[in-house]
Amino acid sequence: MSPVPADGAAARWPSTLPAEPGCDVRGLTLAERILSVKAGRRVRAGEVVVVPVDQVMMVDSIAPSALRIVERELGGRIQHPERVSVVIDHVAPASNVEVATTQKRVREVARDQGLRLFDVGRGICHQVLMEEGLARPGWVVVGSDSHSTTYGAVCAFGTGMGATDIALAMATGRTWLRVPETVRVQLTGERPPGVAAKDVALEIVRRLTADGATYASIEILGAEAFTPGERMTLANLAVEAGAKVGLVAPDEALRRRYDVPAWLQVDGTATVASSLDIDLAALGPVLSVPFQVDNVHPVREHLGVHVDQVFVGTCTNGRLEDLHEVANVVRGRTVAEGTRLLVIPASSRVLQDALADGTVATLVAAGASIGVPGCGPCMGRHMGVLAPGEVCVSTSNRNFIGRMGSPEAEIYLASPAVAAASALAGRIALPEPRSVEGTPA
Amino acid sequence: MSEGNRVWRFGDAVNTDDILPGKYAPLMVGEEVFHRYAFAHLRPEFAAGVEPGDVLVGGRNWGLGSSREYAPQALKRLGVGAIVARSFARIHYRNLLNLGIPAFAAPDLVDALNDGDRVRLEMTRGCIVLLGDDATEQSLELPPVPAFLREVLSEGSVLAFFKRHGRFPGEDATSRERPG
Repeated sequence: MSPVPADGAAARWPSTLPAEPGCDVRGLTLAERILSVKAGRRVRAGEVVVVPVDQVMMVDSIAPSALRIVERELGGRIQHPERVSVVIDHVAPASNVEVATTQKRVREVARDQGLRLFDVGRGICHQVLMEEGLARPGWVVVGSDSHSTTYGAVCAFGTGMGATDIALAMATGRTWLRVPETVRVQLTGERPPGVAAKDVALEIVRRLTADGATYASIEILGAEAFTPGERMTLANLAVEAGAKVGLVAPDEALRRRYDVPAWLQVDGTATVASSLDIDLAALGPVLSVPFQVDNVHPVREHLGVHVDQVFVGTCTNGRLEDLHEVANVVRGRTVAEGTRLLVIPASSRVLQDALADGTVATLVAAGASIGVPGCGPCMGRHMGVLAPGEVCVSTSNRNFIGRMGSPEAEIYLASPAVAAASALAGRIALPEPRSVEGTPA
Repeated sequence: MSEGNRVWRFGDAVNTDDILPGKYAPLMVGEEVFHRYAFAHLRPEFAAGVEPGDVLVGGRNWGLGSSREYAPQALKRLGVGAIVARSFARIHYRNLLNLGIPAFAAPDLVDALNDGDRVRLEMTRGCIVLLGDDATEQSLELPPVPAFLREVLSEGSVLAFFKRHGRFPGEDATSRERPG
């Protein structure tokens, strides 16, 4: 597999799926179409299917138990090693001897079994799989991480599962799924300047609520003006509304980067469980306020809250364009006294690109600390955990009690630009309006 | 010694970071001890106080958040008998059933059960018996478990089911019931 540049300009990923659907897919949603083609028969929401899996992804915190289950309970054989990716990102590099020992074992098993290993520093699982072409339109990708919905950015059926399901997928090459109902989200209107994909994604979660799309597929239409990275942000946060998958409708932009089978397209006649229209023109910058992701409010309602730490990174908002947003805000200025700005690129490729175009220099000059590509402090394990009473503005995806360390700390989720402005002010703040469209470094 | 088992009552939106905070994952603290940190933030007295067979009762969207199977694994190790909630988040629900922990979406039961109540779980009869102070008993009906999930629970776990039958639960079935 030859790598394709992150901007996808040079080449397209080929499809491994049949050009013909093999069954009648008329009147079916994107989720139903993918699972019908995989199952080899027309299936509808509510049915149970067992389908082949195109890619199994597991991270360092789950790989040990999943591999142990395969070894001890399922005969030890992995059906398609070439379809399994192991990413060491959740505690990377290792923070203590326990972690280091476990990761050492995972590396050994990955090598012995011939699994694809992405080791410390390569980056966050979802970002890496997308960069490596290991999630493609119409693929079924199961990952040992709830934000596996991210693969829906390219209309892959990406969903999170636990260690048992991941182990079964490795041992059999298949998984069982209930075909989800569909919640159709139609984006309309033009996005005003200063409204990030994160704001749109949080608006979707606010409108649906944290369980409004439980078990469902969120089918996102009208995202044609969103970049590939922005689509990842939209799909990533689908799980925060409870969704099984978040599928961004295939369009010309996607077809320029991937071969997309003709059957993989939105069918306006498909039956959906519910629909939601979102007028982008009416949106503004928002925060997800402690301690629930769907507790979304305009930033202006929380201006002035003191901020101890700003964290820019994660599978939600750690991409090059996110770092550009931050650089555009902090260029030539410095982070407030008493506030820490922590920037962790989502992958080594993001870091390389940000080094090459001067973004990293801009960030460091403003007082940012740059971390090793990976998940960082997102789930409170290392590299920036919070003390009691501290407040963090984070570009990540969860603000639960204790998520990033102390249960007495508070996390506000925000876009990269709002995070950057808050770092400069030392309190929750909005970026100053730009007179001209900012350009990277 | 009190009769029956205790009810541990929780509120809405109990998430996987509540059930087992990420910093106490087996990767961080070791495979042998991670269950001791169940509800470490939300109810620090839980892990030491829970007894095998106890029933957890929650509100809406129990288990939202992470796919971490070690969260329900911790509850299994501590012997949790069943979880009753108004509704469950998808991945966690699937993990619970994979591990063979009975999980019931039953809003009526949630309203009838309070923290500290004593109950007797009768899976074969499909009910929870609420034990009164004066030796009275009130039988509360559990919602029926779909057939293929009943199979899983009777085998103990999805792995046990798979090993015995060589197929996935629901495979080749035309069931319209939800595995997750």
